Amino acid sequence: MIRIANGQGFWGDWLEAPVRLVEQGPIDFLTLDYLAEVTMAILQKQRRRGSSLGYARDFPPLMARIAGKLREGRIKVLANAGGLNPLACAREVRRLAPDLKVAVVLGDDVTERIGEFLAKRYPMTNLDTGEPLGSIRDRILSANAYLGAFPLAEALGTGADVALTGRCADAALALAPAIYSFGWRPADHDLLAAGMVAGHIIECGAQATGGNSLADWRSQADLDEIGYPIVELEPDGSFVVTKHPGTGGRVDSHGIKEQLLYEIGDPRAYYGPDCVTDFTSVRVEDEGPDRVRVTGAAGSAPTDFLKLSINYADGWKAVGTLVYTWPGALEKAREADRIVRRRMERLGLQFDEVYTEFLGVDACHGAAAPPVSEVPELQLRIGVRGRDRAAVERFTRELVSLVLSGPPGATGYGEGRPPVREIVSYWPTLVPRSEIQPRVEVVE
Amino acid sequence: MKAPLSRLAHARSGDKGDIANIGVIARSPEQYPILVREVTAERVLQFFSDRVMGPVERYELPNLGALNFVLHRALGGGGTVSLRTDAQGKTLACALLGMEIELDERELAD
Repeated sequence: MIRIANGQGFWGDWLEAPVRLVEQGPIDFLTLDYLAEVTMAILQKQRRRGSSLGYARDFPPLMARIAGKLREGRIKVLANAGGLNPLACAREVRRLAPDLKVAVVLGDDVTERIGEFLAKRYPMTNLDTGEPLGSIRDRILSANAYLGAFPLAEALGTGADVALTGRCADAALALAPAIYSFGWRPADHDLLAAGMVAGHIIECGAQATGGNSLADWRSQADLDEIGYPIVELEPDGSFVVTKHPGTGGRVDSHGIKEQLLYEIGDPRAYYGPDCVTDFTSVRVEDEGPDRVRVTGAAGSAPTDFLKLSINYADGWKAVGTLVYTWPGALEKAREADRIVRRRMERLGLQFDEVYTEFLGVDACHGAAAPPVSEVPELQLRIGVRGRDRAAVERFTRELVSLVLSGPPGATGYGEGRPPVREIVSYWPTLVPRSEIQPRVEVVE
Repeated sequence: MKAPLSRLAHARSGDKGDIANIGVIARSPEQYPILVREVTAERVLQFFSDRVMGPVERYELPNLGALNFVLHRALGGGGTVSLRTDAQGKTLACALLGMEIELDERELAD
């Protein structure tokens, strides 16, 4: 049996979680998942500011902080902190924690090869919208393939303490230790599927241990010291999800089911680089306090394609807010919204979208929100986006001026004008697997 | 008789680009058939009709006593494009649990 923990569910997760995982009990592998679709866009902006940027900057100092414990407990780390610049990330880990051996998986970055792929007539249509890539061809900023778990297992095989990647399937971080420890092979589809299910359950950190759970959130104990998830994985692919004793939160079948369904599409075919997983085969049972047994995962052969994540420049946006109070808060805010739109119209400003929310009334749930008669206060929130940066810039001047020239009592403008941000959009697509050659490099 | 879905189920929602998904899980195995009967793709689409611009698909997971709903063009462009506060659909599960479903007396008593 091997113990695989996850200490980060996204870049921005609780900084103490991985430290507590290595201090509060035994684990064999610590996975850290930093990359969401949105994160790749943020990293892209950072890399353009400097060639040594573009990775999750939290990671190297974390490695320095826990290096002693990793060595003491013979714990290996797997992380996708490399983002768009895994070599720079690895070098920084080596600089801050010189005792750790670091192996990097490379080969996911195909930004420079998009022209070649198009020349070979790979359509690379958007998986969500069906649009052809040609429409954004000249605005592409980066393109990365989602790699599988085998290169990561190879990285562990070099004797590295830290196996670092850029883009890979999130769940591959947890599957790789099983391949490394148990010798699972590419044709072992059921076993690989079990590893993917384990990885899927823990990849969002404390969402598997009572965080963000609608099952019975009031009864979750001590979320201030919530334990992050640990999978006890057997060579036959069955596993128990648990957490360190004495930590907060709860591992039960309700929470594990919520997480199994998190961000999936058709549950009969969850596509990954190493196998296709059937979530309708998985059985979940409570085995005891904070112990849930998961069995039965079925897998089949992966397709001949890998998913590709493309980032491209998609214009500019800004979101401005003002606060109005009762009586008639909603009426005042609606009037303010109307005034701003009329003024922008007279200026001839062109946007792809102008979007208004009344935060405190219907922002998140729209018509599904319960009706309200009078709210004590609300936030008017207007967002615009478009290709014309000057128009977006001008919008940021139009909202704040309402404080003196609009309905009475506008407040909450202390931050001044909202910033104009570049939109980096996400284009999911496919590329033939044969085009992607992952390789492992030990960074001295 | 009407009752909110939260009576029988819990849920979690998230995003993939401009697609949102909501996993709806029966609180006990006996309640799963009621979910299958009451929480149809049509009803979910109707419930979110002002925010979800594309179709809604429903998938059944009897092994977990759960349904998965996939909501297309649901997040105002999604990711970094969307101008919405909840650009990643995190609160859609909360909203859906407030949807009213029809229960007979025996089901309500359970």
